[in-house]
Amino acid sequence: MSSIADELAKKQKEISVSEFFERNRHILGFDSQIKSLIMGIKEAVDNSLDACEEAGILPDVVVMVERVDKDEFRVTVEDNGPGIVKKAIPNVFGRLLYGSRFHAVRQSRGQQGIGISATVMYGQITTGKPAVVVSKTGVEDVAWRMEIMVNTKKNMPDVLKEDPFIWDGKEHGTKITYHMNGRYVGGKQSVMEYLKQTAIVNPHSKITFVDPDGKRTTFERATDKMPPATKEIKPHPSGLELGTLMNMSKDTKNKTLGKFLQLDFSRISDRLAKEICDKAGLSMEVNPAKLSLDQQKALLAAIAAVKIMAPPTDCLSPIGANLIKKGLRNVLDEVRPEFYAPPVTRDPKVHSGNPFLIEVGIVYGGGLAKDSQVQILRFANRVPLLYQQGACVITKAIENTDWRRYGLEQRGGSGIPFGPAIILVHVASTKVPFTSEAKEAIANLPELQAEIELALKICGRSLKTHLNKRETKSKTKVKFEIVQEILPLIAQKSAKIVGKPIPKLSGSITKIMNVVWIDDAVTFEKGHQRVRVSIYNYTPQSQKFNLHMVLPPGSFDYKGLQFFPSEVREDGKVSWELPKIASTERLEINFSLNGLNKDDYDENEIYASGINPVFIIGAEPLPGDWDLKGLQITESDEAPVVEDEDEEVDYDESTEALNDD
Amino acid sequence: MTEEENKAVSSLKEIAQSIYDQIDTGKIPKMTLPLRTKSNIRFDPKHGVFKYGKATGARSAKKVNGALMLLRTMYVLEFLEDMIADKKSSTLREMYYISEGWEKAKFNSQDESNMLAEDLEIVTACLREDFKLRPEENGASIIGDITISEMDRKGRLKTINCRDDVGDSGYGIPNNVEKEKLQLISTNAKFVVAIETGGMFDRLVENGFDDKYNAVLVHLKGQPARSTRRIIKRMNEEMRLPVVVFTDGDPWSFRIFASVAYGAIKTAHISEYLATPTAEFVGITASDITNYKLPTDKLTDMDIRALHAELKDPRFADEYWRGEIETMLKLNKKAEQQALAKYGLDFVTDKYLPEKLTNMGVLR
Repeated sequence: MSSIADELAKKQKEISVSEFFERNRHILGFDSQIKSLIMGIKEAVDNSLDACEEAGILPDVVVMVERVDKDEFRVTVEDNGPGIVKKAIPNVFGRLLYGSRFHAVRQSRGQQGIGISATVMYGQITTGKPAVVVSKTGVEDVAWRMEIMVNTKKNMPDVLKEDPFIWDGKEHGTKITYHMNGRYVGGKQSVMEYLKQTAIVNPHSKITFVDPDGKRTTFERATDKMPPATKEIKPHPSGLELGTLMNMSKDTKNKTLGKFLQLDFSRISDRLAKEICDKAGLSMEVNPAKLSLDQQKALLAAIAAVKIMAPPTDCLSPIGANLIKKGLRNVLDEVRPEFYAPPVTRDPKVHSGNPFLIEVGIVYGGGLAKDSQVQILRFANRVPLLYQQGACVITKAIENTDWRRYGLEQRGGSGIPFGPAIILVHVASTKVPFTSEAKEAIANLPELQAEIELALKICGRSLKTHLNKRETKSKTKVKFEIVQEILPLIAQKSAKIVGKPIPKLSGSITKIMNVVWIDDAVTFEKGHQRVRVSIYNYTPQSQKFNLHMVLPPGSFDYKGLQFFPSEVREDGKVSWELPKIASTERLEINFSLNGLNKDDYDENEIYASGINPVFIIGAEPLPGDWDLKGLQITESDEAPVVEDEDEEVDYDESTEALNDD
Repeated sequence: MTEEENKAVSSLKEIAQSIYDQIDTGKIPKMTLPLRTKSNIRFDPKHGVFKYGKATGARSAKKVNGALMLLRTMYVLEFLEDMIADKKSSTLREMYYISEGWEKAKFNSQDESNMLAEDLEIVTACLREDFKLRPEENGASIIGDITISEMDRKGRLKTINCRDDVGDSGYGIPNNVEKEKLQLISTNAKFVVAIETGGMFDRLVENGFDDKYNAVLVHLKGQPARSTRRIIKRMNEEMRLPVVVFTDGDPWSFRIFASVAYGAIKTAHISEYLATPTAEFVGITASDITNYKLPTDKLTDMDIRALHAELKDPRFADEYWRGEIETMLKLNKKAEQQALAKYGLDFVTDKYLPEKLTNMGVLR
């Protein structure tokens, strides 16, 4: 009897990878028509940028979207990258899961190589048309033009046509043209927004976009400096899984366990390899491919038990505070934000054996909408994340921070804050932990969230300092008006009426102001920043306290100083122990900064310590994590001047209808 | 300079001296004044009027507004001193416009400058007339058998009888009704009727009410000016004439009565000059509306709010007024005094007033 099982067995056959993704395209991000259009472009642009950077070329990418039909678009992405050799072209564009980046442990945009071929496949599914690829390497004189489709049953490329091609005026580069069903929109999740954000975090690239109406938008380069090249590193043993270990030991070229551990992993030295082998009860000479399951398990346990140094982090390429600011400035110029908080680049940390680092930038005010939620720009390895904002760890970190203390509105201190601000967060890693294959949101790893929150706080503090400065300065300005203009007139007139000499004002002035007023300015002359900090003691007693500033590291110029700071730190923090300032007296500190461009520094961040913060206007109290070492903090032990008669009712403010009608 | 002027000048100088001394001794200069709010009105049994209580507020140079008001005060002091020395006077409006040349010390509005003048009255315990400041508004008119003498602009005395020597609009009460300007000589009248609306005043004049019942008719012209209230008080005090007040029946008119009888909140510092505590209210009362079945209007939201505010007003804090206000709220209606014309043009002079005045004991 041919059993049912046999019948069923006959029917079973292998599904190719591409067939699988063909039927599950949403896993790759091709859910809706709008999204598919964007994802297709994203894959092509990612590749262009990665390729250019690897070849050390400043990227020049042109994206063109043309409407062919109601639903059909023709998309062209062209770059000036190193080009792809003829032999490799079909596999790169016509075969899923084929790529050079899958095995490498390094920070790159196209982490898993599914990308562009999925685009080709989706294009052919929806329109039946092949993709056309033209590519020229610098070495060849001639470019190659191919029409490619993905054979989904075999997961192999079908090259329909292949011709040499004279590409006039082009030294090297790649151009792909494909047809796809889609919908073109503007606004938050759109091709334009994607390219705009890409331009922000890739200030070294020039990106040109031609929309279906023929309108051309160019995001020019903001810098000619290539970002530091990312390096490939060996996988780090922490977080290693049994299955991975088994595969690696079977595939390794090294014949001994000792060499396998040292050479196939990062941070395992000869001594450490010995320690691991001892712990696992294995010899260093054993062939790793011949290990039994139990031995693999023991090996894994031993690895977990030893202390291994964190992975090298120089494989990462942060954008850097300077370029984040430049990139934001470049793209947001028409919005004219009022304030760019100095961006923060955190030191690298590790998650699951992979190094990562966080960068944050905040932009505030100016033309940004006041009453709406802040705009969140998320980036992973310099690629904008437009979807699944709610599921992303970046969003969670922002929601978990109390923004009310940094000057934004946020009901109950959690959730996405409101205000005229843009918060930019960039996660760079050799392996960004996404929530799904579509690479839309970053997973909620606690190490990631903690680092992001720290970076957000630092940036938030700069914002708060800036806002406080603005507010208190405007409040105190009013008092200044009283003291500098109105009071002298009162004194003058009253003296005239009673026929006596004009009385001295200093006593009344210090009582009215009762603050230490700090006024500061940054000017740019002859290629240098000049910083001036003026300190006015408008209190009835003399004051002695400390002043602190945050300056770009290494920029502080010691030449021509009257007041030497007591501490200048590597990270740019500078502190002064000020001499005693008598009542109604003024002290001025002047210095220059070196090696900076005009835009690199235009606003001072000033803090004070050793004085009751209530009395200082123009400087924030020193934050707790400043970590002062050599500085003597003298707590001000003079009792603050009692504000006499503060409970008095203000005569003019008791408004009540006095009239009987 | 008259005695009052002398007193005014030295009081003004005192204010300047106080500010000067405060600055000289390194203090923040300020002026302390009694709060001019409803909650700070107290009844003074000795004079039978409402005056300011003990609560005070300060105008301090600590705040911009305070500092500016102090500056304006200095400028006004100087201005008044100069005016007195030059034997000139000015209206409040003129003082407001003169301040336009004071740059920072300029007044923002007429009200502000009026209030400052009142502030000075309070602090110096003088009348603004002593500072040579006069208001804009005219006093109203008087028709009746009362003879007065007024010093005209050229310094000559004019004797005027307010029945025989005046036209249809009566004798116009001048801005200054103090003794040096206006004297009350004699009268044959038995009482004074102070009337709110021009229409009703004319009605009483046309019907010869003043002759028939020996009354002096005073047209209040709405919320009465200081001079109007002052002269009513003088007629009551010096000529021993009882005063009754005849207005519309609505919350605003009740306040008109209160300002004649008890003093206005704004001028509580000089209530004893301006208020006639024995003045009585004829109508239109809430009860009149019901009893005479008068044509009415519905109370607006503002009316209702005003009535509620009056429940909290110390001047209406007696049983009679409480009752009237509650009744009107319950009725939810108000009525004009001219509504009495429902029963004919002569009803008010033939029936209503004589009835009511007899009940009140004014007419015998």
